[in-house]
Amino acid sequence: MTGKPVIVEIINLYKSYRRGSQILPVLTDISLDIAEGEFIALMGPSGSGKTTLLNLIAGIDKADSGVIRVGGVEITALSENELALWRASNVGFIFQFYNLIPVLTAFENVELPLLITGLSKRERRAHAEMALSVVNLTDRIDHYPGELSGGQQQRVAIARAIVTDPGILVADEPTGDLDRVTAIEVLQLMERLVHELGKTIIMVTHDPRAAQMAHTITHLDKGVLNARPQTDL
Amino acid sequence: MHVLRLIFKNSFRHKLRTFLTVLGVSIAILAFGLLRTVIDAWYAGVEASSANRLVTRNAISLIFPLPLSYKEKIRQIEGVKSVSYGTWFGGIYIDEKHFFANYAMEPEHYLAIYPEIIIPPDQRTAFYRDRKSAAVGRKLADRYGWKIGDTVTLRGTIFPGNWEFVIRGIYQGRDQNVDETAFFFHWEYLNETMKKTAPGRADQVGWYMVEIKNPNLAADVSVRIDRMFKNSLAETLTETEKAFNLSFISMTEAIILVIQLVSYVIILIIMAVVANTMAMTARERIGEYAVFKTLGFGGFHVAGLIFGESLFITMFGASIGILLTFPVAKIFAQQLSTYFPIFNVDPETIYLDIAAACLVGLSAACFPTWRALRIRIADGLRRIG
Repeated sequence: MTGKPVIVEIINLYKSYRRGSQILPVLTDISLDIAEGEFIALMGPSGSGKTTLLNLIAGIDKADSGVIRVGGVEITALSENELALWRASNVGFIFQFYNLIPVLTAFENVELPLLITGLSKRERRAHAEMALSVVNLTDRIDHYPGELSGGQQQRVAIARAIVTDPGILVADEPTGDLDRVTAIEVLQLMERLVHELGKTIIMVTHDPRAAQMAHTITHLDKGVLNARPQTDL
Repeated sequence: MHVLRLIFKNSFRHKLRTFLTVLGVSIAILAFGLLRTVIDAWYAGVEASSANRLVTRNAISLIFPLPLSYKEKIRQIEGVKSVSYGTWFGGIYIDEKHFFANYAMEPEHYLAIYPEIIIPPDQRTAFYRDRKSAAVGRKLADRYGWKIGDTVTLRGTIFPGNWEFVIRGIYQGRDQNVDETAFFFHWEYLNETMKKTAPGRADQVGWYMVEIKNPNLAADVSVRIDRMFKNSLAETLTETEKAFNLSFISMTEAIILVIQLVSYVIILIIMAVVANTMAMTARERIGEYAVFKTLGFGGFHVAGLIFGESLFITMFGASIGILLTFPVAKIFAQQLSTYFPIFNVDPETIYLDIAAACLVGLSAACFPTWRALRIRIADGLRRIG
């Protein structure tokens, strides 16, 4: 740990899936602290539970038992509606396949999370333009996702993730669909978000080179944690 | 960006599918509107009925006549304002295909009882003066290109022979629901001829039109008229004009019922078509809805997107269908004027069109919305890629 305050605190987390009459344990007794401003990579073989853990931290899935506190909020105790509100202002999402809405322009995609805030149109515009400038895409503001390269689409997705200024960014294989050069650019951008904007990033990846960019690599195997600190902040 | 804009953009993501769905809705709403208009046309005579008019006919059947002598007796009954009479002539113009209603009637009181039949004063005077004259509806005159002064020959079926008439009046309806395809001529002309050719059929009328002073007296006056002729050779049945017209429609009630059923079946079919479109749409976008939920949008927003798109597509199609209803109904009215002299699209039909479209749009979105809301975010996100 770095001595910085803990932003994510996971205590004795269990998660299983039901397949017919069978119960398949996915995460077993996970306990983990993530410091504010940390860039952590979750690695492990397929089916090890890393995406499930990411989803639980991001509040888009429910644990069987255990506690997750994010920024002091016990999200495991929140209802669906409360979780939705909490996600809207506290977590930014970066997906492998970008998950941009194809009929919306880059600007509109970035503006999307702001529609459920109380911001005025002018304020939304300012925020979206700022986020797009952070990812260096102000010249592609009116382009549709189909008119952008994979790297550019991922940068738009990152802009959408940071537009509400959340403390945490969760990234599920953010470079999985990108070529090597573009992947490095995206990872560098994510590193910038940590260093310059103080974001905490939790990234699931299969790619060891992508994981090298993280401060900490945490391995999951069959739902059990094995943390290996890589570098100190 | 506005949510409405997103709904609009979403609606046209699959242009061909949207086009076909909109086309289907347009045709369904057009067909629904036309069928409702056919039903309205069926009831047009009923709608045009006046509450202060009674019809007295032979109690056995309309095809049996009543003596002319009843007229004065009816007129003297308390509550009666005016009495006129008429007889169904059933003449044929050229051949049976050229059907239109033609009546012999006592003109002065008849037209007074029917103020909604408008004849210019000079034509009215000319019609009254000439016993061999006829007054025809504007649509009928237009159909055959008749003008004032033209001679028209009808071949009698109930009253044999060729009957010549000079057109002295062309009437228009004061209201939209007035039949402008009828042919009226003097009952006196018919009666005089009957006296010469078939004296046994002279001085008889098909029915009496009775104008009453107050619509509230309808039941009392009807009872008094029928009581007056009780146990006579020609007992009467008096009813309101509306009931009289409805008795004709009751003969064809099964047809109307079928038309009504078909109109509702059309709505059910199009509901299935739009539901199918929306189900396909929602299935394809489950991942996107999961993204929306991930970003913090609630179920209300996701439901709004699906319902909005469904309503947009159906209302778009319905608007086209409604706009098309008017010109198509006009063509129908021209082509079917023989069967439906009054074929107007009623405002109520348009309201029904809109209500049906709303019902289709809302129903079609229910199942896809339920599916989209039910799916877990993590499962929805897995569908992408």
